[in-house]
Amino acid sequence: MPHIDVELEKLKTKLLEMWDLVEYQLQSGHDAMLQADQELAKQIIKRDRKVNQFDVKIDRMCENFFALFTPVAVDLRMVLAVLKINANLERIGDTAEGIARFVKKLDAPVSEPLLEMTKVVPMYEEAIAMFADCRVAFKTNDPVLAKTLIKRDRALDKIYRKSDTIVTKFMADNPEKISEALAVLSIIKKVERVGDQVTNIAEEIIFYREAKVVKHKQDKKKKKD
Amino acid sequence: MNKKTTKLEAKELNAYYGDFHALKSINIAMEEKNVTAFIGPSGCGKSTFLRTFNRMNDYIDGFRTEGDILLDGRDIYAKDVRVDELRKEVGMVFQKPNPFPKSIFENVVYGLKIQGIKNKSVLEEAAEKSLRRSALWEEVKDKLNQSALALSGGQQQRLCIARALAISPSVLLMDEPASALDPLSTAKIEELIYELKSEYTIVIVTHNMQQAGRVSDHTAFFYMGELVEFSKTKTMFTSPQDNRTQNYITGRFG
Repeated sequence: MPHIDVELEKLKTKLLEMWDLVEYQLQSGHDAMLQADQELAKQIIKRDRKVNQFDVKIDRMCENFFALFTPVAVDLRMVLAVLKINANLERIGDTAEGIARFVKKLDAPVSEPLLEMTKVVPMYEEAIAMFADCRVAFKTNDPVLAKTLIKRDRALDKIYRKSDTIVTKFMADNPEKISEALAVLSIIKKVERVGDQVTNIAEEIIFYREAKVVKHKQDKKKKKD
Repeated sequence: MNKKTTKLEAKELNAYYGDFHALKSINIAMEEKNVTAFIGPSGCGKSTFLRTFNRMNDYIDGFRTEGDILLDGRDIYAKDVRVDELRKEVGMVFQKPNPFPKSIFENVVYGLKIQGIKNKSVLEEAAEKSLRRSALWEEVKDKLNQSALALSGGQQQRLCIARALAISPSVLLMDEPASALDPLSTAKIEELIYELKSEYTIVIVTHNMQQAGRVSDHTAFFYMGELVEFSKTKTMFTSPQDNRTQNYITGRFG
């Protein structure tokens, strides 16, 4: 394998390792939320440091790659994409940490009716699934799969938009569970952010493979309307 | 990790062409099985320095050195060192491919024949091994008896590398080995350097900064006879310590 490909492969491998760690963080956040597991929440918060270390390492690897290989064309887009995906993974890591902080505020597992009404569990599970599929899209250089993720994010947005009305009503009916409801609302907001960040990553994969800029397309449409 | 041993070293090396002070108090230690690139503007002394490692400057009128050049800790300018023995250890490849006007085979085994090796099968084996190492074998295996001058420039240069490797040196000096070649041949030479460094200590002079970035582990920047900066290539190309290095590698010199 040419030297430049060896180095690109190293970069890709490092990013995929980070991806695994962040996925583990998200999954742990999900489990901690359902069990109101304080210990697990603490571990997530602590482990975020490792995510940050990956962030710094990958930034440095990209800087070195630019300096030593002066990449062009697909190689250039690849390293640009890795830089941005890295930033998004780091933020998803922060989001998982944020979820863990809200879990720490829960005294007991979230009440069933609240989970049912808000759809936070299926929402969270879909976000994790999207995150995992996004990894596959990156690993297998699959822009088609990446495009499907952008569409799937709409379902998360929909749940998020409805959540404040639902939670407001729940709080009015169950004034003793206000803090629990607020924690759930905050988690929903965090999970919605994960969906956006996965979308950002998917857009970078499309940019890298097809040299097309697809981000902000919807903004443009909205302006026309 | 294994600690790398020093293969080539210069201690307080000064070199003069008559009154001209070409190299000024150079101190450097290059690791074994590593690629070191020498960069710097024309006339900065990098080629002069490279050539001291196999005493190519010896026959230039008025050239003299002070200080030490050590190969495996041994002073190569010591009185008891035989230059022909030294050059078995330290091979060299030049800017322009310079095959002899002989067949491909004769070019590769030239150094061995001079050493008195006549056994045909030994020579054939050595030729194949060297040509394989220089990534030329597949292209020339059916025409070993044809003239080397009929090869393309890039092939001729790889032939010169094969010729240098045939005498089993441990150090390979390369003076702008790809500057007269097209981009594809250049890429082949660079890949070759990357592969050869598992067995050889390589020192390469290059005017092409990107090439230094791609192929070398360490880089030395020379300016007006001084070694301004010597560091890991990564460090030099991301955060050079000296302003002159920064100006040179970013193309802002002068």
